[in-house]
Amino acid sequence: MHLVLVGTSHHHAPVELRERVALGKEDAHAVALKLGEAVVLSTCNRTEVYVASTDADEAEALAVAALADVEPALYRLRDRAAALHLFRVAAGLDSLVPGEGEILGQVRLAHENGTPGQLLDRVFRQALHAGRKVRAQTAIGESPASVSSAAAALAEQVFGDLAGSRILLVGTGKVGEQAARNLRTRGAEIVLAANSRTDREELQAELARADVVVSSTSSPDYVLDAQTVERARRGRQLLLIDLAVPRDLDPAIHELDGCFLYDIDDLQAIVAETLAGRRGEAERAETIVAAEAEKFHEWHAALDVVPAITSLRALAEEIREAELRKAESLLGRLDEGQRNAVESLTAQILNKLLHLPTVRMKQAAAGADGVIYADAVRHLFGLEDER
Amino acid sequence: MAELLFWPALLFYGEAVLGYVGEARQPGAAGRAAIWGVRLGWLAQTALLAVQAAREDGFPWGTWAGSLNLFVWLVVATYLFWGSRRAYRLLGLTVMPLAAALLVVARAGGGTGIGEQSRYSNLFLVVHVGLVLLAFAGLTLAACLSALYLWQERRLKRRAATILCRPVPALVTLDRLVLRIVSVSLPLLTVGIGVGLGRLLARGDAVDALVVATLVTWVAWAAYLVLRLRGVAGRRAAYVALAGFLLVIVVRLALPAAHFA
Repeated sequence: MHLVLVGTSHHHAPVELRERVALGKEDAHAVALKLGEAVVLSTCNRTEVYVASTDADEAEALAVAALADVEPALYRLRDRAAALHLFRVAAGLDSLVPGEGEILGQVRLAHENGTPGQLLDRVFRQALHAGRKVRAQTAIGESPASVSSAAAALAEQVFGDLAGSRILLVGTGKVGEQAARNLRTRGAEIVLAANSRTDREELQAELARADVVVSSTSSPDYVLDAQTVERARRGRQLLLIDLAVPRDLDPAIHELDGCFLYDIDDLQAIVAETLAGRRGEAERAETIVAAEAEKFHEWHAALDVVPAITSLRALAEEIREAELRKAESLLGRLDEGQRNAVESLTAQILNKLLHLPTVRMKQAAAGADGVIYADAVRHLFGLEDER
Repeated sequence: MAELLFWPALLFYGEAVLGYVGEARQPGAAGRAAIWGVRLGWLAQTALLAVQAAREDGFPWGTWAGSLNLFVWLVVATYLFWGSRRAYRLLGLTVMPLAAALLVVARAGGGTGIGEQSRYSNLFLVVHVGLVLLAFAGLTLAACLSALYLWQERRLKRRAATILCRPVPALVTLDRLVLRIVSVSLPLLTVGIGVGLGRLLARGDAVDALVVATLVTWVAWAAYLVLRLRGVAGRRAAYVALAGFLLVIVVRLALPAAHFA
């Protein structure tokens, strides 16, 4: 049984191409049904079709046909390489932002939405395990990868749990809204979304209640100066995020006790640093993923020899039992303990005799000679009929 | 036997110090090694205290060096409540060098061996010395948390690009934690001092420098609580806590010889 992967991703195709093969849940399920034993992973950054088949060429041709609209941008991988690719995808190592966490859920949903048999079920389960292990044992997904998430993480550095924290959103810039949304998903609440029509006194009143100020207006002058902030703050800690260019918030605010003002350059420097950290963690994650892929490869390779091993052991057991039956007249004189000793002795002889061939066949399978060894064993022991 | 247990305790505490220095530079394995150093060192010191208690007929930490040994154990024990959490690992960088240094001082003063029986009753020593030391251990931890607060606040003020790369508790959390620890420690100190003063007055003994310094320390930490209740928080409160801790150090190291004699 072969594992075949055909797909395209942000590494190989721009969005104009990717959107042609972006599949919704139902379409992805329909494609999987058409291909037999298959799983379709379709996200905004990739569309990949995983197929398990005894005929790899045919499976690949069918998968390519399913993604024919982007054929020049397709990559094709098989068996070990296909599994390693899936493991890297699940760990977030192939993502646009290394270590992003969303992909793990997308892989899980694709698995549930597909039509996997034994091979695909195993490879997807192990990929999910590898993805979780990478997140648990490395810090690849811990640091923020965007300006808006960096702003939210900074707020947590000052206030800890953001549940109940109050955000004052000044201006309606897209980045500002994203930052506010990010804060809100962590439990903070927006007390005022101020725009050019908002009354100045109302703004100052809300400033007195706010824990975080996010500003992104197109105003050419400062929207808040240090004196206004000092009057309104009353000694409380305040985090101010200035995402506007030109800046909205007077830089002197940062000098006030308990006030922390970060502008767009500060946030971008933080994101650059954390992404560098993620890349460092990615090296550790690659090691984990490679080890998991190797485990899968050993399991997959053993599939070639397992039927031959099972047949060989069954034959040996059959012979043992037949010989014991033949010797029944002699064994009948033995008491219960002696009979058990003979049973145990013959079983041990078989196990010891078959142990090394079993190990050697599994080793050969891992080295791609498994089929040759399995055929040789079938021929030598007359197991052809059991195939 | 007791002397033998001192060395593994010091060795593991020393390893923890190095681990925390490594953690400050590059978070990860060094921090994990450090917390194991703290745990194993604390276990070794616990065994050391157990041997002292078993060998001596009575409260074995009645001398200033002995009480310093117990004080170090209490400080590390209170640190272990938080130290295992990833965000609080760097707190060890303030706690463990102090613990290791004080343990060495305790040994130099003979506090890690088997001493002589105190002339005071066990109950008095347990209540007076025990409560005062427990309170001082709490106040030491509060000061270490305040130092961590100042360090983290400085990083936020400097807008360090690595600000999110090292897990440190939030400023508000640190501030609140210091307040809670002081709120528990100060009543313990009050009872401990009260018991000691009661005995002093009953016996008609003179008030020595250590008693005065301990009372000044109590006043400093009480002032901290009053300031917090009046809304002073953050950096200023942290400085007050550190000033209070300096007095704890004076009380623990500079003055005790005469008091324990």
